[in-house]
Parts: sequence; structure tokens; C-alpha cells
Amino acid sequence: MAIIHVDGKQYEVKGGENLLQTCLSLGLDIPYFCWHPALDSVGACRQCAVKQYKDGDDKQGRIVMSCMTPTTDNTWISIDDEESKEFRETIISFLMTNHPHDCPVCEEGGHCHLQDMTVMTGHHNREYRFTKRTHRNQELGPFIAHEMNRCISCYRCVRFYNDYAGGTDLGVYGSAANVYFGREKDGTLESEFSGNLTEVCPTGVFTDKTHSERYTRKWDMQFSPSICASCSVGCNISPGERYGEVRRIENRYHGELNGYFLCDRGRFGYGHVNRKDRPRQLLVSKDGRREAMDAGDTLDFIRQQLQAGKPVLGIGSPRASIESNYALRELVGTAHFSNGQTALDAALTRLCLDVLRQGPAKCATPSSIEDADAVLVLGEDVLATAPRIALALRQAAKGKADTMCAEKKVPDWQAASAKDIAQRLLNPVFVATPAATRFDDIAAATHRAAAPDLARLGYAIAHALDASSPAVEGLDTKTAELAQRIAAALKAAKRPLVISGTGCGDAAVIQAAANIAWALQASHPAAEICLAVPESNSIGLALFEAVDLEAALARAAAQPSVLVVVENDLYARLPAAQVDAALARSTLIVLDHQDTRTAQRAQALLPAASFAEGDGTLINYEGRAQRYFQNFDPAYYDRSVAVAESWRWLDRLQNGDAARENLDEVLAQAEAALPALKGIAAAAPNASFRIKGMKIARAPQRQSGRTAARANIFVHEPRSTQDADSALAFSMEGVNGASGVDRPPELLPFAWAPGWNSPQAWNKFQAEVGGALRGGDPGVHLVKAAASRPAYYSAVPAALKPNGALRVEPLYQHFGSEELSSLAAPIQQRIPASYAALSVGDAARLGVNHAERISITLDGQTFSLPARVRPDLPAGVLGLPVGLAGVPPLKAGSAATVAKGA
Amino acid sequence: MSTDKVVKLADLNKPSFVLSDEERHEIEHALTHYPDGRAASIDALKAVQKHRGWVPDDAIPVIAAAIGISAADLEGVATFYSLIFRRPVGRHVIKVCDSISCHLTGYDELRDELEKQLGIRYGQTTKDGRYTLLPICCLGACDRGATMMIDDDLHGPVEPKDVAAILGGYQ
Repeated sequence: MAIIHVDGKQYEVKGGENLLQTCLSLGLDIPYFCWHPALDSVGACRQCAVKQYKDGDDKQGRIVMSCMTPTTDNTWISIDDEESKEFRETIISFLMTNHPHDCPVCEEGGHCHLQDMTVMTGHHNREYRFTKRTHRNQELGPFIAHEMNRCISCYRCVRFYNDYAGGTDLGVYGSAANVYFGREKDGTLESEFSGNLTEVCPTGVFTDKTHSERYTRKWDMQFSPSICASCSVGCNISPGERYGEVRRIENRYHGELNGYFLCDRGRFGYGHVNRKDRPRQLLVSKDGRREAMDAGDTLDFIRQQLQAGKPVLGIGSPRASIESNYALRELVGTAHFSNGQTALDAALTRLCLDVLRQGPAKCATPSSIEDADAVLVLGEDVLATAPRIALALRQAAKGKADTMCAEKKVPDWQAASAKDIAQRLLNPVFVATPAATRFDDIAAATHRAAAPDLARLGYAIAHALDASSPAVEGLDTKTAELAQRIAAALKAAKRPLVISGTGCGDAAVIQAAANIAWALQASHPAAEICLAVPESNSIGLALFEAVDLEAALARAAAQPSVLVVVENDLYARLPAAQVDAALARSTLIVLDHQDTRTAQRAQALLPAASFAEGDGTLINYEGRAQRYFQNFDPAYYDRSVAVAESWRWLDRLQNGDAARENLDEVLAQAEAALPALKGIAAAAPNASFRIKGMKIARAPQRQSGRTAARANIFVHEPRSTQDADSALAFSMEGVNGASGVDRPPELLPFAWAPGWNSPQAWNKFQAEVGGALRGGDPGVHLVKAAASRPAYYSAVPAALKPNGALRVEPLYQHFGSEELSSLAAPIQQRIPASYAALSVGDAARLGVNHAERISITLDGQTFSLPARVRPDLPAGVLGLPVGLAGVPPLKAGSAATVAKGA
Repeated sequence: MSTDKVVKLADLNKPSFVLSDEERHEIEHALTHYPDGRAASIDALKAVQKHRGWVPDDAIPVIAAAIGISAADLEGVATFYSLIFRRPVGRHVIKVCDSISCHLTGYDELRDELEKQLGIRYGQTTKDGRYTLLPICCLGACDRGATMMIDDDLHGPVEPKDVAAILGGYQ
């Protein structure tokens, strides 16, 4: 607690942080560049100067950098002081000497922190009339464009990319007035978080290349509050649309989940929405050809099929919304609804849900992961399966600096001091996975083993922490010693954390992780667990308690049925023969927004909405329900587009003219029908929510060209689409933030506040800068942990004994393993070539050389891939990259036989 | 007639840069002086420069791997220090002090004389590859201004009339 005096006003604040952060939290504007709430202070740019006084009587004062000055009790400062204002304007004028006057052609324009700060300081006229320094730009890959002339040398890019995200291929070159930020040579930026450079850079050095070809100013785009569907974390995103296309994805701040940062898969994977080959009309298959039909006829055709007397089976999807899955369950009946997950995925997700429900270990969020001081990663390559968690994990390791700062009484927001104090010391992170990960560099120790052996290590750690948990027989000395070492490190920590998940496809691994988290509880009530699940709505589907995909397909194979498949490509989940057998004698109705292999076989295909054209709710790995809202109405630009949410099609199929009116009704019924979903409607305000009688605008106040947007189609401007499903309006009309009235955080479509056009505007929506959004971070927790102490899991698996066949370990990829993002062209450029990974010993035994083609037989399928001999892989294991071309759907733990030759 | 240089297959397959045994030995020796490979960055760059006169671009990833840091990090060090040469230099490098004491004691006459006699300007190398002319900030010999340094030898005070004789000593 501290009292500070700013320009004669007195404020009661928390104290301890720096004056810049404190003043921004108080809603006072001080311009800055090198400071960032997630990157702390280095005092490099001198932009945040204010005048500090000894006391109330001091009239002289001295200029200090507010980001480097601690907020202590009885601090007296002035932001308005004339000398400070002049100083700040001078800084901008210095920066401007070399900054090009290219705002009209710069893609940062309109959401540029440098523009905002220039206006804020009042530096309106450029006086420098001489030559500016210029640089050659680099080719940085499919995501990021580079324009070094615009650089103001704030160093935020390298402080994010290297210090925060652990990148190694972005550097600073030269010195003094000739400083260059880029790679050592041209080439793709390697970090999976490179996209954040576009938001971290205060000007237009690093911009979004995927946006560039169809560029639109921020103020001309229409945004919506949305949720990323690229993994189970549920990062909040803000897609921007113009002319019926998603043009870019921006980060939408969420204090507990994504904070200020997204992964590249989430940011650049939106291209599937804009694909030309998407189904946009209703298609009915006649004589082997697909023909577009109108909605009435198609729905009648489907109704006839549903009433033909055959059993009707519904196959839902963990990448579809709760609403769509619920509507399908309503249409086909509870007993005929499948969750659309493979038996293994469904069982593992169900197990994760059970662990969360049983408690007592709390489920970690990315922001709580950052505070952990000892971490075990058991079996999960989170950089591939839940990338945002891997970025948080890196901060947990670096948290050592905070502890050391506290011991030395140095504020931990002094970034340069913290880095110097900690050098390379990190909090202990142990990475036990089947194969090497790209976060091994922060590991105190790594351990490579097949899933059952990882589980055995996990059980042994739990036993070392609590002797009443099951012991592991016959563990080798080295592993036993590692278990002791990890147990000791977790025990010595204040906030230990276990990260695991469904990634290595083995229940025993998840059970062992749970045992560890539970064994820690007695001594460490702050110990947490984090379990990544396969897809964006996997936990949501687990709450439906439905049968799995194999069971549904077995029924269809046994008896000719009508299969209604919602947003699910069955061929991506199970071997083609198994799917073919089920579809051979069945009628197939598909609702999807992509023309998948399954969709191509449909007798009738209904064009479903992607996240951008529809509303829905997803439930993330923690059991947090979050609503995503329609970004735009595609029919506004093209009346022939019939795209609608799957739940809306299913509702119309079932109820015809009596179809429900809006999303709220669907949610209310889902809540009533499924007790596990209780509370889901509260994930966001409903459609009747208004502020002073007005809806909330999706587009910024300055959006231009609305009356002319459709003039090429027809000269009269139609009424903008009316949104019956939410409190948002499809235009710039309504509450847009200009009036200073808070919108609920769930309904914030974009970051903009008066004077703040850049993503730094998020600081205006937080109760405390860098903390929770005012009104609370979005989402409702549907999974409640019981307080009771659960019984330990006890099914300790046997060690893997190589017996000739190899055990399949799925290797998830950041790019390529997730279905929808892999349909985006920029992502496709980053997907690695397919391979099959073998240990050095197995390769020698089989006589296989690196890059030589091998033939693999597993689950009745035979295919060939180039071998990759990897020293990190344990013996007896075949590592296969999930989802890459030429790799069929995998079942983790299957036995594969491998032979030389294609 | 085409004037393109003939590309030889053998050249294409040659690794672009290989450390000599001597260079590798010196870098490994430097590594023993520090707890952290990063600290040996300058020593490692100087080792290569000692043998080759300069540090080619292709050398950066190789040296970086030898001391266990990223190429981007090492390139940052190699471009920060003006005495790590990133372009070929002449057999002898002339560094003319342009700091304040030498400014007062005849630095510009000295520079003009060097430029006249060598026929080159700052940053350039004579056609015969004998001299490279560079400015340098303070040589720490303010009592002997105007000063210049050729290779490792300090000269000063130097008057324009002395230049020819001094240059003659560096073949």
C-alpha cells in the first residue's frame, strides 16, 4: 500500500511496481516504447520521463524515467510538467530523424504504437530535413514481413523473441545509430511464437505477411470476440474481416490464458475460412455428381432419409461447438449420439476430466504456470499439442530470476538487472517425453522413454513423495535415481506443477501425473496439474458422456444406417478401411465447413459455419466454457452463400418452421438436458444485453466505405445483417469504446481506446495493467473439483520390452498435426516432410539408413515413409508424426512391424 | 561470347568455411578461460581474424557452433566491435585517431596526407592490397597527438611530413 501524488492528486496504490505501470493502471497516459507489461523495464528509450519531487514543497524536481522508478509511499510526481513534456517530445523528434514518413503505405498504420505516442507527445511537425539511414530487409518466411527502416531501436523484439520466448535466431547487429534487428542470414524465423513480433514491435518493422496480400486498416475491419480452435487451451482471439474474408487474427487479451501472446499456429492458421474449395452451398449427390440445391429441397431430402426407417446415428465432433453437438444429440436421440472421438482419445479425455473433477490439485492456467517454481513435464510435447502452455512453462523456468531478485532486494521488473542476477540459472523443469522437444533447452534434466516407461517414472516419483502411493517394481537404477531427484526438486518448491496430457496416448501416463500432483497436496496445497487434451472442445464432448466413434461405426457397419456427421473428418481419425466398411451400406449426411474426405462422400452436405461465421461455445482443457461470436455474415456480400452454424441446420431439420430463434434458446435447452453443462449460458452475456439501450459494435468507430462496400454488386446499400444471437452489431454502430463505458470483457471485439490504436490499448481494459480484464477474465468453469482426497491410481504398467515389433509413439507437430490450421497456405509452408523416426539401435538392427524408405505395417495398414534415425528416441519405439501427408490415422501404443524398402 | 565465370562442381560441394586446426585449437584454448562459452566470443573471432585478416560471413555459424552459442548472437558481437573486420583488409591496417585531443593537434592534416599518399579514403584498401585506412576513436595516447596505429604499432606525434617514412616501413 502506498500513497502517491500525481499532478497534485492523491492516489492510493498497491506499491512495489514501477511508476509507469502504476500510472497506466490508474488510467493516466504516459508515453513509452521499450517497456511492455510482459517484458518489464529496461529504461532504454527515455520516452516515459516524468518529473519527480522530494516532497510536496519541492518546486524544482528532477526528471526520472517512470518505468525505472519504483512506486513507493509518498512519491510526488508530475506528468503534466512542462519540462517533462518537452523532454518527451524531444525523444520522439530524435526517433523520427531516421523513421521514414511512410505511414500511408505502412501496414502498421492505424494500429501503430509509434503513431499513438507521437500524437500523445504532441510532436506534430518533422524538422529533420536530411538523409535518413536505410537498411536492407530480410526474407523471414511465410509469416513475418521485415522493414528495418522503420525501426526505432526499442529492443522489444529481441527481448520478446529471445528473452521471453527462448528464440535463438533473431539478433541485434551493429552499434550506436546503425543498429539492425534480424536474422544472421535471410531465412524463416524458427520460433513458434514469432507472430507476436507483429504486436510487440511498436512500429512497422515486423508486420503480418499473411495479412499483407489482402490488406485492410484496423479501423476498416470488423472484429468479433473469438476463441482459437487450434488446440485445447482456448486462447482468446480477435479475427478481423473485410469483404467477407478473415484478414488477420489479433491477440485478444485474457489475463489467465493467453495474456498478450498467441502461438503462430493460432495466429496464422485462419486460412481455412477463406478457402475457395469450402462448401458454401447445400450439395446433394446424384449419380456420383454433387449438385447445389436450395435449402428447402435439401432439408426435405434429408428429412426423408431420416424417416426412412433405418437407424439414425449422429457423429459429433470435438472441433464443433457444444451447441452443434447438442443439436445433433437432440436430432438423433441420446442413445444414437457419438462423441466423434476415437475410443482412445475419448477414454483419455474422460480420464483427464476425472482427474480434474476429483481434485484436489488445481488445474493450472498459463498465468499460474508462469508462477510455478518446479515443473515436471510427463509425456506431453506441449509446444505441439498446447503451445501457449509451452510459452508459460518457459516463464516458470525463468522465475528463478524473480526469487533471486527478491533475495537481493532488487525489484523483479528491472529486466536487465534480473537477467544479470540470474545469468543462466533457472527453476527446475524436467522434461520426460518419448522424443526430444523444442523446450529441452530449459530442462534441468531430460528423460526419453516409451509411454509405459514414462508412466513408471511418474509412479516412482509419486511414491517417493508419498510412500502410500503405489511403488514401481524393477525400475533400473538410473531411472530410480532420476525419480528421486525429480521428487526432491518438486518437494523443495513452493508451487510445484505437473504437466501431462493425452499426447502420448497412454492412460498410465496421465494417472501417474495425477498421482504426483495428489502426492504433493499434503505438503504443497499450491501444487497444480495441467492436462492437455486433443482438441478445442474435447472436454466439452467428454461432458456429453456419449459412445465413441468406433462404437458408432461398428453399428453402421452391422446394419445399414443413416449417419449424420457434424464437422468431423472420420478418415482423419480411423483407418480408411474401417470408415469405408461403415459407410458402404449407409446413407451419409455431413455438415462441415471444409470439403473433407468424409464430406466428399456425403449424399447431402450442408455448409456449416466456421468459427468466423457462427456463434458457439468451446470448453477448454481446464473445463472453462468460452463463447466465440460470429465475425461476419458471408451472405452480406454473396446471397448465394448458404453457410450457417451446424446447430442451426440441425434445428431446422428437426423442428422445421418451429426452429428455435437464437443461440440463447439452444443453450438454455442444452443446460436443462445435460446437468454437466449447467452454467454454460453464463459464459457470456445473452442476446438481450444492451448498454444504454445499444448493442456493441463489431467495427471500430472510424470504419469507412460501408455504403460503397457492396456497390459493385448492387448500388443500393442493404440493411446491415441483424444479429439475433448476440448483443453485438454488424457495423460500427453501437457502443464502441469511445464513450469510455466499459463493455463486458466477453464482448470486447477489438483493442481500441481513445488515443490507443495499437494492441497496447489492452492496458486500458485491465483493472491493473498486465492483470485481469475489468469485469473478470472471460469464461465459466464447468468442471468443479471435489475437495476430497482421491484414491491413488494403482495400475503401474510393465516396462516396455522390445520384442521385434515397435511401439508406435505419436509425434505431434506444431505445424501439421492440427487439422484446420493445416489447411491454411502459410502454415502449409511450415509443415515438415513426413518421416518415420527410429532409434539408432533399432535402425542398426533393421539395417536401415537415415532417409532410406521403410515399409511400415500397423493396424492392418501398410505404408512407406523415409526413415529418420534419431539419437533421442528410445529403443523399441517407432515415432510417427501425427497428421502429416502419408501418415495414416494412428493409434498410440499399437505394434508396428518395419521392413527395409518401400 | 558469355563472360560468366565457370562454376565448378567441386567448388559447389566444398564446405563454405572450415576452421583450420590452429584456429580450432586457439578457440578451444580460449574456452578454458571462461565458465560460459559466450564469454569467449571475442577471443574466438580474434583467433580467426589473426589467421585470415578478417572474419567472413560464412565463418560466423562455424565459430558460433564451436563456442556453443547461436549464430545470431555471435553475429551481434562480430558487428558491434569495429575492430572485428567483416570485409577483407590490406596487409597493414592504418587506424587514425579522431578523438578530441588529436582533433586539436592536427588530425585532419594527418588524414588528408594519408589519403593523398595512398589514394584511398576511409574504409578503403589500396589496389595493391597493402594498406587499409580506418578511423578509430581514442587510442589512449593523447599526449602524443596526432596519433595513428599501424597494425599493432603506435605512432605519434605524427606530422604530415613523417607519413611517407612511416608507411615505408610496412611492405
